[in-house]
Amino acid sequence: MKARSDRLLVWSRGPDGRRLAGFTFGALILALITGPEGLEGNPTYGVIHSWLRPRVIAFIAAGVIAWFLSTFWVRNRDRWRPAVRETWQGAIEPFSDRRVRWGSYVGLIAAAALLPQVISGTWQEITVDQIGTYVLLALGLNVVVGFAGLLDLGYIAFYLIGAYSAAYWTGVLPVHPPIVLNPFWVLPLAVLAAMAAGVILGTPTLRLRGDYLAIVTLGFGEIIQIVANTLGSVTGGAQGVIGIKRFSINVFGIHYKFPVGAQANVPYYYLLLVFVIVALVVFHLLENSRVGRAWTAIREDEVAAEACGINPLKYKIMAFAIGASTSGFAGVLFASKIGFIDPTEFSVQMSILVLILVVFGGMGSLPGALIGAAFLQWGQNFLRTSNYSWYNEQDLYVYFGALVIVMMIFRPQGIIPSRRRSREIGLAEQGIGTADALAPPGSPP
Amino acid sequence: MSEASTVAPNEDLIVSVSEVTLRFGGVTSLSDVSLDQRRGEILSVIGPNGAGKTSLFNCLTGVYEPQEGSIQFCGDPHREPVEVIGRRPNRVSRLGIARTFQTSRLFNALTTFENVKIGVESRQHTGPIGAVLRLPRTRREERESDQRTLELLEFVGLRAQANTLSSALAFGDQRRLEIARALGTEPSLLLLDEPAAGANQSEKAELERVIRRVNSELGISVLLIEHDMRLVMSIAERVVVLNFGEVIATGTPATVQRDKRVIEAYLGTTEDEEAG
Amino acid sequence: MCFTTNFWNLFIGGLANGFIYALIALGYTLVYGVLRLINFAHSEVFMSGAFGGLFVLQNVIGSKQPSGLASVGLVVLGLAAGAVSGAAVAFLLERVAYRPLRRRNAPRLAFLISAIGASYFLYNLAGKEFGRQPISIPNAFTNGTVFTVFGAPVQTYYVIVAVVTLVLLVLIDRVVALTRLGRGIRAVAQDADTASLMGVNIDRVISQTFVIGGLLGGAAGFLYAIPTGVAYTMGFTPGIKAFTAAVLGGIGNIRGAMIGGLVLGVAENLPVSCIQTSWRDVVAFGILVLVLMFRPTGILGEKLGRAA
Repeated sequence: MKARSDRLLVWSRGPDGRRLAGFTFGALILALITGPEGLEGNPTYGVIHSWLRPRVIAFIAAGVIAWFLSTFWVRNRDRWRPAVRETWQGAIEPFSDRRVRWGSYVGLIAAAALLPQVISGTWQEITVDQIGTYVLLALGLNVVVGFAGLLDLGYIAFYLIGAYSAAYWTGVLPVHPPIVLNPFWVLPLAVLAAMAAGVILGTPTLRLRGDYLAIVTLGFGEIIQIVANTLGSVTGGAQGVIGIKRFSINVFGIHYKFPVGAQANVPYYYLLLVFVIVALVVFHLLENSRVGRAWTAIREDEVAAEACGINPLKYKIMAFAIGASTSGFAGVLFASKIGFIDPTEFSVQMSILVLILVVFGGMGSLPGALIGAAFLQWGQNFLRTSNYSWYNEQDLYVYFGALVIVMMIFRPQGIIPSRRRSREIGLAEQGIGTADALAPPGSPP
Repeated sequence: MSEASTVAPNEDLIVSVSEVTLRFGGVTSLSDVSLDQRRGEILSVIGPNGAGKTSLFNCLTGVYEPQEGSIQFCGDPHREPVEVIGRRPNRVSRLGIARTFQTSRLFNALTTFENVKIGVESRQHTGPIGAVLRLPRTRREERESDQRTLELLEFVGLRAQANTLSSALAFGDQRRLEIARALGTEPSLLLLDEPAAGANQSEKAELERVIRRVNSELGISVLLIEHDMRLVMSIAERVVVLNFGEVIATGTPATVQRDKRVIEAYLGTTEDEEAG
Repeated sequence: MCFTTNFWNLFIGGLANGFIYALIALGYTLVYGVLRLINFAHSEVFMSGAFGGLFVLQNVIGSKQPSGLASVGLVVLGLAAGAVSGAAVAFLLERVAYRPLRRRNAPRLAFLISAIGASYFLYNLAGKEFGRQPISIPNAFTNGTVFTVFGAPVQTYYVIVAVVTLVLLVLIDRVVALTRLGRGIRAVAQDADTASLMGVNIDRVISQTFVIGGLLGGAAGFLYAIPTGVAYTMGFTPGIKAFTAAVLGGIGNIRGAMIGGLVLGVAENLPVSCIQTSWRDVVAFGILVLVLMFRPTGILGEKLGRAA
């Protein structure tokens, strides 16, 4: 009897036992976050109704099954991996042919172009406001976090700067511009403003240790929001800004005024689609250029990069400014579409949301940022509109927070990793290299 | 001592270190170090562990900023020498000083080819706008850097491994890849920090051959930190000996080997370093 | 001059905030010392301390207003509850969001992101379970003026904050300086690899460091919540300010965190007589940016070993 309990103890501390504990813990957490909301003044209500009810058995059972499957996988990992890899290689093999690849790009774009015709009005709006905008934002942040390895937690501040620039130049802020412009012509100005803000903030802070950048950008995001909310004489204060004009094009004999309200969704969808494609192409070209290689070099080993003649500060500022301008760009687009700015919306939480989208898809991976952002944003809106009894919209960040931790533990490279990134993470795990630009500078060579 | 380490004043020097002192808090890492290197020379810096050899390299490449002294570098004989101290490492690289590291610091997730290309590209000008618009200059630079990279890989004998991940290379190959990457930055002075440390005999021979060719075929001056005395003796024209952050001897390998203070310095530490 | 009006009132209020920042800042600094990482989720440790204190006092305090010795006992009880909840959350946090990553030698970026995820998970979970409206803590003592400084009243609350914080600060300073545990923390902070070769159990030291930081942060959460009430979002602003305090004093430096906290608390509060209160946060973040730009090593420098 004693021997058996000893064996159990040893087993429970071994890899299998620890994994079982982990899965059970995960199942309990899942039971808690899908459980009922707590009652005000009764802190134990939510916990009791999540854990001390029959439903918890289903969760634990699911955890044990997941553990069983994972054990199965771990035992046979080495045997199955080559087969999995081979199947995958076979599946992507045709795409190494240029024509197939371009054909599939055209097909995807065509599908994207047809999409608004087959979805409802609600989903058209979600697709533009929640998915398209965030895909663009995620692509921009991917340059900062993914390519350059810098953690920017104030990303949405630049979005706000873009949106307020649009409001300023269209003459709806309490302060008036020298000339009133149509938002379409504001785009370059707003992008410049966001980029300038990025450079001004980045130049002093990007010299610092990488994790300080995170906290400074966090503070900056908070400051910008406070300023927008408080400085009523300039920004209109917490009531926000209304009456931002919609885009209109009036050149070369083309006259087009973007519609407002529900009619605006489809035209803005196509506009966003164009910009997302442009962003994908631009960032792809950057990644595979001298600039992109310099980012990789800095991310991997800043000291060695400097010894190779790369100025880390210059390239970090560049990445930061490119991210900022993408964010500002999205800000103008969104502000002119919905016609108003509510500054209370643009909290740090929104920056974190975009970060989560990038992390989920795969830092440094363009298809990752694209598909990751689209999938998560689709998912959260699907859950929101479906009214499942177990899902409360306000709990979104409980799910996202848990998702981020799980991703960092099991798949830090994201669902569609970039080749370079997953190599780096793999190597870092073997103790080679650092895989980000966060190592303290001046660490002796 | 400073007198012993300087050469005749009218000689063509590529680098002239004079009276450099480097301190960290209360610890003096280099004290009043002076040394001159002639253009085209292979000069070796030797000394026991902790003598300040790598600190000297870090001063020469802008990683550390010494409190006192001056480092005059003259990459182009037709130009005036310039001060190295006070420049960031990337500026020093632009001047024409390239280096390798004691433990190799390659970009591990990149291929052999990409590693060298990053070095080569440091002399180019493509910025984000050029890269996105694929301007004619960008394309020309791409072509040039690809070609130059392949030449350099050929030069160090790594062309066949161009598409291998640098972390997957054999140890000796990694050392030569680091040299190729440094050569990509078009240096006139190459600093090698213990290139042969941990290498086996055949790797050492290969390294020696590469270093000689860097010097003779490319006309690059080489400053070499090395513990392997056989390598130093066969390759270096002159040797500077550091001990406790001071220069204790300078001269040809043969004279230095007979120097009393040098022998003391080495016997004071471990013997196997001397044997190499 | 707006600056002179209310000077001592604002000074005392700022000092009280500063004491609390100092307690939280210690959590950042200790963890930074051993892990070289900013623990982004520390603000949620603080928040959970406030909830811990709240729930215990809600169950203990009846309808009658306590006074005298009962008040002292209740404050201590609330502090203890806050400290224990903070420590428990910090312990779990290290186990779930940090240790698995450390085992895999994950890149630093992964730690930061994991901690951010943990922070969002924790505070939103608290919102889900405990409600999203602020809840006020039942009065454990009668707040009144104890004495005056240059005409500015010093309230009972301020005295409690000052006494509790000073006791805890001295205690932690001595613990790190004198005990075996403190030696372990300093050894890991100085050189983790060497410490592990010398037989220090790094996992345990890190875990204990989180727990100590959690005790202090949890107690701070309870103190902070006495006048403001408890809300699931309460951690963010004090968290980032305490981090500022830690940087201001020199991150990784224990006494630096204490001084940084006090300096920041006073510095952000004094201008309040000239500007709107909502700008106070802007002042604090402005200080953070300026410190990082001009003196990133802080007032006392960064060594954990040296200060203790």
